[in-house]
Amino acid sequence: MTDDEKPNTLYALYPIGEKQPDRVRTRNGHPLRDLTLDNLLAGHVAASDFGITAEGLRLQAAIAEQAGRLNLAQNLRRGAELVEIPDNVLLGVYELLRPGRAHSADELRSAAKQLRDTYGAKETASLLEEAALVYERRGIFQRRF
Amino acid sequence: MANSQNNWARYDLWDERHLSLDRFAVEDPENGFCAAASPHDPKPSLVIEQGRIIEMDGVPASEFDMIDEFIARHYFDLLIAETAMAIDSREFAHMLVDVTVPRERLVKLSAGMTPAKLAEVLGHLSTLELAFANSKLRCRRQPSNQAHVTNAKDDPVQMAADAATAALYGFDEIETTVRVASNGRTNAIACAVGAAVVRDGVLIQCSLEEAEELRIALAGFTSYTETMSVYGTEDSFIDGDDTPWSKAFLTAVYASRGLKARCTSGSSAELLMGFHEGKSMLYLEARCVCLQRAMGVQGTQNGGIDGAPLTSSVPRGGWELLAENVLAALLDLECASGNDTRHSESEIRVGAKIMPYLMSGTDFICSGFGSIPKYDNSFNASLFNAEELEDFLALQREFQVEGGLQHVPEDQLMAARARAIEAISAVLETLNLGRLTTAQKRSVLYAHGSDETASFMPGEVAGMNAALMERNITFVEVVQALAARGFTTEATRLLSMARQRVSGDYLQTAAIIRDGRVVSAVNDPNRYSGPGTGYVMTEERRQAISRMRREVSKQDVLAGEGATGQQDSRHWRIESKGEAEPGDDPREVVIGISPGFGERLHKTTGGVPLYKVLAALMKGIRERGGRPRVVRVRHTADTSFLGLTAARLAGSGIGIGIQGKGTTVIHRHDQSPHMNLELFSQAPLIGEADYRAIGGNAARYALGQSPTPITISYRGQALGARFHVQTALLYAIETSMIEAGQNPEALEVEFYDGR
Repeated sequence: MTDDEKPNTLYALYPIGEKQPDRVRTRNGHPLRDLTLDNLLAGHVAASDFGITAEGLRLQAAIAEQAGRLNLAQNLRRGAELVEIPDNVLLGVYELLRPGRAHSADELRSAAKQLRDTYGAKETASLLEEAALVYERRGIFQRRF
Repeated sequence: MANSQNNWARYDLWDERHLSLDRFAVEDPENGFCAAASPHDPKPSLVIEQGRIIEMDGVPASEFDMIDEFIARHYFDLLIAETAMAIDSREFAHMLVDVTVPRERLVKLSAGMTPAKLAEVLGHLSTLELAFANSKLRCRRQPSNQAHVTNAKDDPVQMAADAATAALYGFDEIETTVRVASNGRTNAIACAVGAAVVRDGVLIQCSLEEAEELRIALAGFTSYTETMSVYGTEDSFIDGDDTPWSKAFLTAVYASRGLKARCTSGSSAELLMGFHEGKSMLYLEARCVCLQRAMGVQGTQNGGIDGAPLTSSVPRGGWELLAENVLAALLDLECASGNDTRHSESEIRVGAKIMPYLMSGTDFICSGFGSIPKYDNSFNASLFNAEELEDFLALQREFQVEGGLQHVPEDQLMAARARAIEAISAVLETLNLGRLTTAQKRSVLYAHGSDETASFMPGEVAGMNAALMERNITFVEVVQALAARGFTTEATRLLSMARQRVSGDYLQTAAIIRDGRVVSAVNDPNRYSGPGTGYVMTEERRQAISRMRREVSKQDVLAGEGATGQQDSRHWRIESKGEAEPGDDPREVVIGISPGFGERLHKTTGGVPLYKVLAALMKGIRERGGRPRVVRVRHTADTSFLGLTAARLAGSGIGIGIQGKGTTVIHRHDQSPHMNLELFSQAPLIGEADYRAIGGNAARYALGQSPTPITISYRGQALGARFHVQTALLYAIETSMIEAGQNPEALEVEFYDGR
C-alpha cells in the first residue's frame, strides 16, 4: 500500500459511525441506526446497547494499525479481549497489579491463567505474565501496607 | 515597605508587584532542580542483540528498572532503531523544524530513539524552534481546548449553567471534579446536560478515584479520562501506587469500556515526590512519554501539570514545559498541553507562557482552562480562568491564532444558561432528587460564581449522589427525564454521545466531536509543511475570533456624539457670521476650532463637553486680560495649522487651535507650523480647569508676558490602548469635514447657562 492510497481507504472507513455504520452492531444485535430516542423511550433498545463491543474495538484496532499506530492498536485489541469481563474481575486484576498487592509471581500467573482460560484474553494474560517476571526481579511483591 | 532591606527605592516598588510572590529556585541538578541536561542524565545508547535490547541509555538489561524494562519491551521499532540512533541529534533537531521533512517520517524515526536520545535532540531547539516544531508535529490539524467546570459547592445547577457556558465559548472537552468525594455523579450529569443544551459532542470527564471514575463512565455520563498518572522514576511510580503494567492494564480496561483515555505525566512530579535520582526534568519526562506510547494509550496530558509552578521556578523551566509537549507530539501522542495549574502570580508571565502554544496550536491548548472563577476551581486556579477569558480572546484576536474559543454575545449566554438551569432542574425534579424555587434558579442564572448562588449546598448534593448510586441511575433515566419534560434536543444529544461509544471512533488518537462528527488524527491529520498548509483558519472562523465585547465602530462613536450634541444644544449656540477678518486689538486671542467642533463632535476624548471647553478657554483668556474671539477653521483639522491660522488672525498674534477631540495648541503668528508655544496632545487627560489655564497662558503671551507652561498630570496610563480607537474615529470625522481652500469663518457663540 502506498502512502497515497492509505489515507483514502482510511477515509472511506473512518469514522465508522458516519461512513460505515452498518459494520457495527450493538451488544444486543441492533444496528447503529436503531439507537434513537424514540426506540429508547419505547424500550426497543436498552442501556446495554450503548456499550462498545469487542467487534467494534477490533475494527478500531485495525484502523489504528492502518494509520501506523501499532501500540494503540495493541491496546485496543487488549481492550477487545476485556469487553465481556465483569467490572469487578477487571478491577480485581488491576488491584493485583498494583505494587505490593500480589505477594508472589504465582498470584499474577494464576490471574493470567484465569484471563486466558476463562475469557480467552490471551494478549492481556501475556502482559500479566510479563509483569510477574519483572516484579520478581525488581522486588515489587514486597508488602506495602 | 516598612521593614525594607532595600537601598534602592525601585526594589521597594518591585517587592509590591505580583511577581514578588513567585519563588525562583537556584539550578541544582544534585537536588533535582534542573530543567534539562543534568550531569546525571545518561548518554544515549541502544544495544540490540538477536532482536533483544541488551542495553539502553547506558543501563544493561539486567539492571533495567520497571520503566526501562517496559520501554525496552514495548516501545521500540527495532527495524529502525539502529538507523534512528545513528542520526546526529542536532541533525534530527534540524529535521524537526524542516518543513520538507514530513511528520510521518519523524514519528517513525522517534520509535527508534531512546529517552536520553530524545531529550538530547530537544536540547538543540530554542523556544521558538520548539513552538515551530510543535505546529508541525501535533497530531490533529484542528487545535482545540478543554475547560475545567467545577464549583465550590458541587452544585449541579450552577455546574450545568457553567457547562453550557463553556460549550458556547467553544471548549470541546469539559473536565470536572468534586469537593466532596462522593459527588461525582451529579457533577457528571450536570456537565453532560449543560453541554447538551448548547451542542452535540462535548466530551465530559469526571476526575475521581479510578474505580469510581470508571463506574460513572459506565453509567454513561462521561466519555474520557486523563488522570492515569505515570512517572519517570521507579520509586515515584511505586509511591504513586502503580507500575507500568498496572497502568497498561488500566489503559486496556478503559478501552474495553469505550472510554477515551489519556495518561498524565509532567515534569517536577518526581521532584515533588522526592524520587528524582538527580536526573533532569526533561529526561524523566522523556521516559514518561516513551512509556505512554509503549502502553498504547492514545494521548497524554503533559507539560508540567501540577508540577508546572515548580518547573517554572528553575532556569529554562518554561522552555522545558514546551519541550515536553513537543516530545509527546513527536511520539504521535495526542497532547493536552498543560497550561492548567497557574505557574505564576504575574499576569505578564501568564500571558507569555501561553503564547508559544497559541502560535503553534496543540491538540488541547489547556488541560484545562478554568472556565469558572478561580475560587470555584476544585483542581486549583488554572493558568487562565473565567477572570482572564477575555484576555485569552484578545490574544487570539490580536495574533489571529487558534485557541479554540470565541466571544459569545450576552443574550446567547443568558439563553443557554437559563435553559441549562431548567434542563438540569427538570432532571433533578423528575428523579425526585431536589427542587429549586424560581429565585434560587435566578441566582444561578446571573452568577459569576458560587459566592452569588443560593441553590444547592454540598450536603444536599451528597444526598442526591447517594440516591443516584443506590438506584443505579444511568444516562437512560436522565434521557427519559429530559424527554418527559420536553427537552427533546438535549435528550437526543445525550443519546448521540452514548451512541458514539458503540462505534468507538473517538478512541482513535486526538479525537474530538464537532457537530456530532468525530474529528481525530485519523481523518484530520496535521500535515503542516509551511505557509498555507496545516490548519488555516476559514474566513468565518477568522471573523468569529475577531469579535470582542466593547468593540468600537464609527457608527458607535457617531451615535454617541449625536446623543451628546442633542443634549448640549440646550447649553449653547454657535452661529457662522461670514468670513473672519484679521483683528487689530493687541489684546485679542483667536481660538480656531476645527471643522467638526460642536457640529458633529461634542465632547473631548477626556469626556469634557465642547461647550464647556470653549467657555473655559474664553474665561481663562478674559481672566488674564485678553479678549477672546472664536473662528471656525474649515481648511484643516490639524492642531498646528488650526493654531497658526488662529494666531495669524489675532490682533496679538497669539492663537489657540483646538480639535473636537480636545487636542489643543497655543501658537504665535510668526512661528513655523510645528514650532508652537505650548502643545497639549494628551487630550484624554485635559480637564475643564486645564482649558481655563491654557486660555490664561495664551492671554499672557498676548500681553508679552512669559507664563510658566501648563503641565497636564500624567501617571503612566496606556493612553493609546484606552483612547486611540475613539481618537482615530473622531479624527476621521473631522478630516472628512475639511473643505480645502475655505477661509476661516467668524463665529457668534452664546452660552445659555451664564458662562
